[in-house]
Amino acid sequence: MSEMYDIIIVGGGPAGLSAAHSAVKNGAKKIIVLERDREAGGILQQCVHNGFGLHHFKEELTGPGYAQRCYDLIKDCPEVEVLVDTMVLEVHDNKEVIAVNPERGLMKLQAKTVILTMGCRERTRGAIRIPGYRPAGVYTAGAAQRMVNMEGYIPGHKIVILGSGDIGLIMARRMSLEGCKVQAVLEICPFSNGLTRNIVQCLNDYDIPLYLSHTITGIKGKDRVEGITVSKVDDKMRPIPGTEFDIECDTVLLSVGLIPENEISRELGIELHPRTNGPVVDQHRETSMTGIFAAGNVVHVHDLVDFVSDEAEIAGKYAALTALGKNAASDRDLAVTPGAGVNTCVPQHLRLSSESEAVRLFMRAAQPKRKVKLSIMSGGQEVMKKILPVVKPSEMISVEIPAEKTAALSDDITVSIEEA
Amino acid sequence: MATEKKMLNCIMCPMGCELTVTIEDGAVTEVTGNTCPRGAKYGHDEIMSPTRMLTTTVKVEGGQLALLPVVSKSVLPKGKILDCAKELKKVTVKAPVKAGDVVAADILGLGIDIVASRDMAAV
Ligand code: SF4
Repeated sequence: MSEMYDIIIVGGGPAGLSAAHSAVKNGAKKIIVLERDREAGGILQQCVHNGFGLHHFKEELTGPGYAQRCYDLIKDCPEVEVLVDTMVLEVHDNKEVIAVNPERGLMKLQAKTVILTMGCRERTRGAIRIPGYRPAGVYTAGAAQRMVNMEGYIPGHKIVILGSGDIGLIMARRMSLEGCKVQAVLEICPFSNGLTRNIVQCLNDYDIPLYLSHTITGIKGKDRVEGITVSKVDDKMRPIPGTEFDIECDTVLLSVGLIPENEISRELGIELHPRTNGPVVDQHRETSMTGIFAAGNVVHVHDLVDFVSDEAEIAGKYAALTALGKNAASDRDLAVTPGAGVNTCVPQHLRLSSESEAVRLFMRAAQPKRKVKLSIMSGGQEVMKKILPVVKPSEMISVEIPAEKTAALSDDITVSIEEA
Repeated sequence: MATEKKMLNCIMCPMGCELTVTIEDGAVTEVTGNTCPRGAKYGHDEIMSPTRMLTTTVKVEGGQLALLPVVSKSVLPKGKILDCAKELKKVTVKAPVKAGDVVAADILGLGIDIVASRDMAAV
């Protein structure tokens, strides 16, 4: 007879650790966190730069510093066990979890609730189809980051980075600090998806050119990368013939986006959202399956770990209440749909009960815009509006609907962003 | 009198205002393009005395990992960042280490300590 856990948490990154802490605060007595890496902390352990934690811990921390804070919150809690080197193979709808660990072998664990916090993974070259041979020297930016920051290897000396999201920019600076020459950063979009601060401090500081509306159309070299061919792209992102030029390099880092890691969710059969690529969740982060919760990058890719922690605390709280049988039954289920100017919105629906509660919506704008009005509509009525000086697809927007307003909601909700 | 104009992006908030800083004989005389006073201060400081935080790694002996992430206790002059990173390549620490432990005191005589970003247990 296997032991009964209140909550099994799949993944010990910031989401999993924050969920565990919140579950303890909300009365859960027996929680286990399953982490496949050699220690908890997730991807933050390789993000050695700073800029984390200003919202959640009110202090600027490095990635490992943030991970440490999350871990310190639960490390002395008798309610929480963290099992590292543990790979979860399957999660079943009856909340049975199958995992393997080198010491304990194949394990079958049983819980009342499960929280999925597997994070995200990088898109790869296959996903973006660059023509040419497959020489050595092409890495995802994240793989290179782990090599440089945790294992102590340098992937190459003359670097080109494809993609100007924050990971690409951060790696441009990191490689420069290691003494490498970063030849260029290429971005297929007409704007960078990274923070202005990172453009200034990671590229401009090191005189690294940023080519907007450009992409790699060829990789040279058979055994090792020797250079790349770059083309300008038109407004449909198609390479423009005749604009090609070459850049010499021995290494190409791909920073072309992240997608939620949902192998396990897919096999479990919970509903996934086509735009976020993560589970469809309600405001408590409960998925389409009762008692299965999800939070963090597995639900939708975040740009701030602070929001990951906030969201995971919600999941931890309601998983604990569900495990303890204290969750109020909902009396209405309202869809939340992105309208004009909004690309994604989480949660995708609200299951409201007679106990009124504030609800925070997390959105991404479809295009960069200045001076906009964000409006939340329900049944043809404006529930809330907010004027924002600037929105960017790369910066998640969070808006809270106060409890007295959610109490009055009875129709589906649409959020939109328009020029003010 | 030498007058020079420099364009900068303010990084103090997500607005990212485009600043134009006027420099006369090596001194900032005007900042325009800012929406709020923080931008004027940023424009001034970024030209007169730019500073940056430094984050990098140092080698660890006998630790659970090969490298220890480190961070400067506060900002360093921007022009010294690469020299400091080079200096830290020479440093090896011995595990165990606690977050906040000093890894390199008063780096290059700049008056700033470099400290561990996290704990590192010994194995
Ligand atoms: S000037 Fe003010 S509003 Fe503009 S980016 Fe700087 S801090 Fe933000």
